[in-house]
Amino acid sequence: MAYADDVENEELHEPTGFIWKYVWSQDHKVIAIQYSTTAILVGLVALVLSGMMRMQIGFPGSIDMDATAYYQAMTMHGMIMVIYLLTAIFLGGFGNYLIPLMVGARDMVFPFVNMLSFWFYLVSVLVLLASFFVPGGPTGAGWTLYPPQAITAGTPGSEWGIILMLVSLIIFIIAATMGGLNYVTTVLQARTHGMTMFRMPLTVWGIFVATILALLAFPALFVSGVMMLLDQTIGTSFFMPDMMQFGSQLDYSGGSPILFQHLFWFFGHPEVYIVALPAFGLVSDLISIHARRSIFGYRMMVWAIVSIGVLSFVVWAHHMYVSGMNPYFGFFFATTTLVIAVPTALKVYNWLLTLWRGNIHLTVPMLFSLAFIVTFLVGGLTGLFLGNVVVDIPLSDTYFVVAHFHMVMGVAPILVVFGSIYHWYPKMTGRMLHDGIGKLHFWITFLGTYLIYFPMHYLGFLGMPRRYYAYEDYPFIPESAQSLNAFITVVAIVVGISQLLFLFNLVYSYFKGAPSGGNPWRATSLEWLTPETPPKHGNWGSSLPVVHRWAYDYGVPGAELDYVPQTTSAEEVPVHESDHDE
Amino acid sequence: MLIQARTTPLPFAASSGYFDQRSASAKTGLRFLMAAMSSMFFLFLLSYILRSQVSDWEALSEPWQPLAQTGQLWFNSALLVVASISLELARRSIRQPDHGHSRELLLLAGLSSFGFLVGQVAFWNFLTSRGFFAESNPANAFFFLLTGLHALHVVGGLVAWIAATVRLSRERRQPTEKGLALTKLSIELCATYWHFLLVVWMLLFALLSSSPGTYAAIAKFCGLGD
Repeated sequence: MAYADDVENEELHEPTGFIWKYVWSQDHKVIAIQYSTTAILVGLVALVLSGMMRMQIGFPGSIDMDATAYYQAMTMHGMIMVIYLLTAIFLGGFGNYLIPLMVGARDMVFPFVNMLSFWFYLVSVLVLLASFFVPGGPTGAGWTLYPPQAITAGTPGSEWGIILMLVSLIIFIIAATMGGLNYVTTVLQARTHGMTMFRMPLTVWGIFVATILALLAFPALFVSGVMMLLDQTIGTSFFMPDMMQFGSQLDYSGGSPILFQHLFWFFGHPEVYIVALPAFGLVSDLISIHARRSIFGYRMMVWAIVSIGVLSFVVWAHHMYVSGMNPYFGFFFATTTLVIAVPTALKVYNWLLTLWRGNIHLTVPMLFSLAFIVTFLVGGLTGLFLGNVVVDIPLSDTYFVVAHFHMVMGVAPILVVFGSIYHWYPKMTGRMLHDGIGKLHFWITFLGTYLIYFPMHYLGFLGMPRRYYAYEDYPFIPESAQSLNAFITVVAIVVGISQLLFLFNLVYSYFKGAPSGGNPWRATSLEWLTPETPPKHGNWGSSLPVVHRWAYDYGVPGAELDYVPQTTSAEEVPVHESDHDE
Repeated sequence: MLIQARTTPLPFAASSGYFDQRSASAKTGLRFLMAAMSSMFFLFLLSYILRSQVSDWEALSEPWQPLAQTGQLWFNSALLVVASISLELARRSIRQPDHGHSRELLLLAGLSSFGFLVGQVAFWNFLTSRGFFAESNPANAFFFLLTGLHALHVVGGLVAWIAATVRLSRERRQPTEKGLALTKLSIELCATYWHFLLVVWMLLFALLSSSPGTYAAIAKFCGLGD
């Protein structure tokens, strides 16, 4: 009995009633929207925190924020943005929504575990936010949570805040593991007829490899989190060395703070790619579709994603040059860091070559994609500076690093998140997002983020240290730097507020947006070919789609339309397998 | 696994049905789960080796330390070996016409795993009663942490074991094709998972009861020693 025949009888128990359909749902599309909504809401908290920090830096004393609150805001902003927004929305949001639809499955392979994954994620977010309300407030240890300071008196939230942070992270890791097992297994085992691995859209490849990274790298955060939790609560000395606190000897002895750093960054660097690889995949699809060109070098793109994933496990100590290490290690990690630029540059060239002589439609998703390439390029190039030990050491504690990582793993991925939401919103709701508001949102966000982060490179060269609460009375920082800081703050506030345009658009278009039809972008991949839009439970109606070609047949000579859906057979339009298939 | 996926052009065309697909998914999922767990235990073990090179570390195998005598832990290990073997035999006998001794074997596996957990708890009690607390020696802390995490994973396995047992008894009362397929799958997954737990335990046991010289040698091999 073929899977497609039998699965109709076994799997399609459509849930009834509001609770089972929208709250305790096991449908990957509902879970995706639950994940994304939660991630965006908690991301807004992080956005407000960054606005408060910018007010303090640009206009010191203008808001009621002391140094403690500043460090707490900095820590929570960083952790929320990296883990609870970006990781959650790329894997839990886009991964959940797109993987089953793009590979032609009815749902994830373990729907119940998938549902649990979201609820664990929600609990982790609530535990994290609860730390705002405990005595001492949230932890202010910096998002890297380095011991010994993270659990030593004097650091904000060193008693309760840090405990909640670590517990929240542990719950998040359990959630990410449950989700991750679903994503990889669905890709490997639930592809429909004819969907070979090398016919999958690059979105699926990016999320697939990122998920494998997550499954192998999050344990490092788990290990470090559990050990620090024990150091804090029962007084073990995994990471805590012999030390004095306020003149008295603490009970700790012999622990290794450097061990924590190694574990943290063994997770932390792959984490950059857990966020970046899905963004690479998504943006490849956006560029191809909106330039009406097949992706240039599909196989090269896949192998670049895989090799970036592998390399990301051997570069972690480049975050620790200033912690001190054997010079040979520094040499090794600098080399691997620079090597990772090769597959990454390949991807950028391939995006450009896809655009070359393409029929570029400057739609909102395309605008965000182009902005991504530019932003990622600038952020990536400054990474080449910082990957070198001798350049990194003077720049490491300055705003140059803030500029670098915000451009490369803050702004660039979030531009892809926006572009992808504008692109797939019609599939999720059946309505287009408002184009005018979208373009306004794009230009303010794109130009604004450049105006915020580009000047920070100069501040870094001037030697302006990062992580400082106030910059008064430092003679080496010129007055012009303060003017630049005020300018950055003004732009940051404008960009922050302009995100309300996006939220308004999401809500407004849900009710008043123009009907999109099933395939508004004239795309080839399976999610645009569902019988209903938005897709119903089970996605495909009575029978699964059958795939005959890759997802990038745009402008095929001799074809009637400028795109050939993946379900079009070779008899109707010839398949040029030599280009892209086994 | 990637290679395997690449060379299978039509994942479902060759599949003989829904249960084959479900079984393949469950096995793949379990493999990735074991990969994630391996990553976790491996990083703990590396941390253990690194921490063992600090002067305040007293190896648990020193004559005055609790693992100078490992009789109790050998007994616990034997129970886990019994569990692993009986699950393997259950996995084989469920394929026989009348399910062979699968029920008895499954029961034996559950009981011996439970016995393993009781034995581990007894050993923790022995440690604390003799004053070997987590905070008094970093090696103690690692011992409690690693054996505790391993025990938690055994508890998780026992949840799956309960599901397998319920499925098997339901299948014996009302045999159906679907019930049999699910029972086979459950027992097979349990067997794989228990073999994995046994290997992890053996590695943990070997490392926790090693001599300081062994730690120094491993540390040196990893470039962590002097």
